[in-house]
This record gives sequence, C-alpha cells and structure tokens, in this order.
Amino acid sequence: MTLAIEVHELTRRFGAFTAVDRITFDVREGEVFGFLGANGAGKTTAIKMLIGLLAPTSGRASVAGFDVLTQAEDVRRRIGYMSQRFSLYEDLTVRENITLYGGIYGLTDVQIRDRGTALVERLQLGHASDDRVAALPLGWKQKLAFSVALLHEPAVVFLDEPTGGVDPITRRQFWEMIYAAAARGTTVFVTTHYLDEAEYCDRVCIMVDGRIGAMGTPDALKRESGLATLDELFVRLARPSAAAPAPAPAIGPG
Amino acid sequence: MSTAASPLVVEGVSKRFGATVALDDVSLEVRPAELFGLVGPDGGGKTTLFRILTTLLVPDSGSATVLGFDVVRDLWAIRARVGYMPGRFSLYPDLSVEENLRFFASVFGTTLEEGYAIIAPVYRQIEPFRDRRADALSGGMKQKLALCCALVHRPDILFLDEPTTGVDAVSRREFWDLLGALKGSGLSIVVSTPYMDEANRCDRVALMQQGRVLAIDEPANIGARFPNPLFSVRARDRYRLLQALRGYPHAASAFPFGDELHYSDARSGLAPAGIADDLRSHLRAQGFADAEVTPIRAGIEDTFIALTGAPPEVAA
Repeated sequence: MTLAIEVHELTRRFGAFTAVDRITFDVREGEVFGFLGANGAGKTTAIKMLIGLLAPTSGRASVAGFDVLTQAEDVRRRIGYMSQRFSLYEDLTVRENITLYGGIYGLTDVQIRDRGTALVERLQLGHASDDRVAALPLGWKQKLAFSVALLHEPAVVFLDEPTGGVDPITRRQFWEMIYAAAARGTTVFVTTHYLDEAEYCDRVCIMVDGRIGAMGTPDALKRESGLATLDELFVRLARPSAAAPAPAPAIGPG
Repeated sequence: MSTAASPLVVEGVSKRFGATVALDDVSLEVRPAELFGLVGPDGGGKTTLFRILTTLLVPDSGSATVLGFDVVRDLWAIRARVGYMPGRFSLYPDLSVEENLRFFASVFGTTLEEGYAIIAPVYRQIEPFRDRRADALSGGMKQKLALCCALVHRPDILFLDEPTTGVDAVSRREFWDLLGALKGSGLSIVVSTPYMDEANRCDRVALMQQGRVLAIDEPANIGARFPNPLFSVRARDRYRLLQALRGYPHAASAFPFGDELHYSDARSGLAPAGIADDLRSHLRAQGFADAEVTPIRAGIEDTFIALTGAPPEVAA
C-alpha cells in the first residue's frame, strides 16, 4: 500500500487557540478522501498545512512523499488545488488560463498545447476556448478549474468545497470526474457541505473542534454509529460545538 | 388566482442584463404566513427576483406587488414593511452584535426594545455575545444576527437570499428550525437556497433554473411530477454499476444519490416490480451478484434533474 498523505500528531495553534489538535491519519494513493466538519472545526487550517501554506506548530505531515514543512516547494509541485472561491482567472480566456497554469506548473510548451487541446475536447468546450472564463456558467467553470488543477498530473488534488452552489446535475458530473481521476491513480482530498457527497468518498474524516471526531468508510461509520446516513452522524458529532461561538476571532482559522 | 390577501404576487416578470436573461416570465404567489422557497442553483434568477421585490431593481416587463404595493410605484411603502437579508452578510463588522441591531432598528425609526419580542427566538441564542464584534462571530452566529437585523423593525414579509449558503449542515438545520418558529408568528417568508434537501422545510417551493420557474408546488407533491418509474439500485462497485445502468437499453437516466444510485426506466405500462425483476436479472448477468433494486418515489432533487434534463455524462 502506497501512502499519498501521512499525517502524524499534526497541530496548529493561533495564540491560545488550538485550531488543529494532534490529528493523525493516512490517505492511500488513488483514494477519494472526504474531509468534513462544521465551520470552524479546523478543516481549512489543516488543508493549509497540507499544501505547504501554513507551518504546523507541532507534529508532521507528508504529501506525495515530501515533508510539508521542510519540502514545501516539492509538495506544491506535486499537488493540484481548487476551491470554490479561487480557481481560475476570470478575465483570461479558457485557453489563456490553461497556458498560464501549465506554465506555473512547469509544463513544456508542447505539453501545454497537447494536454490543453485534450482537456478542451474532453469538456466539450471547443466552441468556448477563446471566451473569457467570466462568461462561462458556474458549472463549466468548476469543471474547467478541476481539469486545470489536474493539468500537471499531480499525485494529490485538494478540492475545497468544489460544488457549492452548483446545480444537481453538474454536481454529479463533477463527482464522475473525481471518480475518473481517482481511477487513474490521483489521490483526491475533498471538503464539502453536502453530506450526500460524503457518501461518494472511499473514506471520510469528520473534524470536531480541531480533532478527528470520526473516520472510516461511509458504510463502517454508519454501521458503528447505528445511524442511517452520514448527515445524522455529522449532526450528532458537530452539534455540541455548533451552539458555541467561534473560539478564535480575526486570525482566521476555520 | 391573486387575491388582495396575498402578501406577494408576481406576474410575468422578466429581467435582462445585456444578453443575459436573468428572469424569464416568472409568475408566483405567496400565501399569508407561508414559508415559500425559491430553490435552484446559482444563476437561477433567485437574487434578481429578490432585488426586484425589494425595489432595488425594476423589471423589464411584468408586474409584482408586495403586501399589496406595486414594486415600481410604491417603493417607499414597500421598503418600510419588508425585511431583507441579502446573500452576502450585510452586517457592520466593526460594530458589536447589539450595536448592529440598534443601528438597523434606528434606520427604520424603531428601537431594539420595540422589536425585541419578534427577534427574541433568534436573538436569545446570540445575546450572550452581544458585546462581541460582528466580524468575530462564527458563520452560524453571523447568520442569526443578520436575521435579527432583518426582523427588528417588525416587517410583514421577510426575504432571505441564500441564508444557509456556505454554512455547515448543523447550523443550516438550526436556521430552518428558527424559520419554522418565525412562520408560526404569522410572518410570510420567502427564502432561497441552492440546497435541494432544504426545500422539504418549506410549505411550497418554486424550482428555478436559468431564470425560469420549472415547477411550483408543495415539496411532497414535487416528486409526483417525475416522469418515469424510479428505482434505488445498490451494488458494491458503484462506479461500474453506474456505467452498467447507463448501458441498459431501457435506461432513461442513472445518477448517484448518496450511497445509492437512482435509475429511471424509459418503459411505460410496466409494473415497477416487473421492471425491478428485469433489471436485477440483467445486473446479475453483468456480474453484479449483490445488486439490489427497489422501486422508490422521486424526491425534489430527482424531479429537478428530470425537469432540467441535461445530458448525463462528462468524463475528466
């Protein structure tokens, strides 16, 4: 078994507040791993550490075999990232975005041209390849952003709420793209507020107040808790903290 | 069908922005003390409709009345009587919880004390933090404060534009519980959401997509509009199962739904149990020894997908 992500006792504090509290887990190569939690449970802080944007206070983590603290540059070269908020440059065309990201990821001109052409064909975006991204429907933008995040064939792709606000058909098409990427060996680390989507993951981890409240396959989690859906489990685990205020203002964990 | 008592009547409203059709001939009516949902993805036209109903935009054609007042002619009468919570939180981040509330009350010529009774069910949950700055609140608490600010002048109708977007599942549930309590006090509420499951919390919903209303009905009745027999299908290898279902000659559609797949069959005039038997044998022959096929009733999301009818496949 090859591990794509290894996390050991990973911790991040902001002043007196512990946003991520000694979490430990592994993600296998080609696995679709769902990372869930209420607002403020520590998901974003954990992801920022895994993609090398935030140094851990203690503990360690490696992604694609590289240490997130000491080899952050290597980590960033081997991962893809997309979020609902930041993905593509709206003022650039579809082609220009592909060229820009291909360049950032260090692809050759030939690779950018070939992979870009294949990508546009696969998404059936040929008619729109010279359109500004701003003019695309949200669902297309999200599918394009995901494909661009995979352009350099990363070992691990991080998706932060990739389907927010997207229509139900596009949401499902998006998940089929996730399955296809995982089938090719890409490890997918995904956060979502849609608990039905959590059911599509190979394994899920539910964060509660900076710690891991539950982790396992959707089936095992439901069986062990005796609950019919992950939604019910999520509510049961997260409710105690939901009544309390966000513990740390301003510094922005969450 | 419109009566004087309807707090909201929309008739044939259209709105364009350049080449984009934001609203295309939208008509709907909200009943007194109803919790009415506008359900659909981004780009459906929900926000544009709210802006017209709160007199911030003028429709290109069609008409609408809010509490009996025309949205174009009677804007000042409407503005004094509606509560509006826009999609982006409209709070002042540097003001405390209580300062925000007092500010919004004063804008409407009233006071926190006068509005206290109506906001109490919501406000009590955040009152312990009344001295905290709004930007230091969690997402769920900001949302409750924004709701209080939209309520403090005791409006007769409340417009909430995607109050639960980006909010976790637990806070979303709590928020809908609050809306149910407010509705009980006689307030009419129009609320939009991209989450199909939240439609079940409404008395009636309008499904919206690309500026058009696809259907208006009680949530329980929306599923009856699903055009084909529908089945829940399970097997261990879900991704391969999806391909197998789409390859079945009688398939109308196949989509993942949580931990199962929903399959609809294009044949008419066959009993669902017979279709289930056929499909089960077909799947066994395809190597899905553990395949389970169960006839089910369609939900809102099934119906939404059927009514929008986009092609099902795109591969990465």
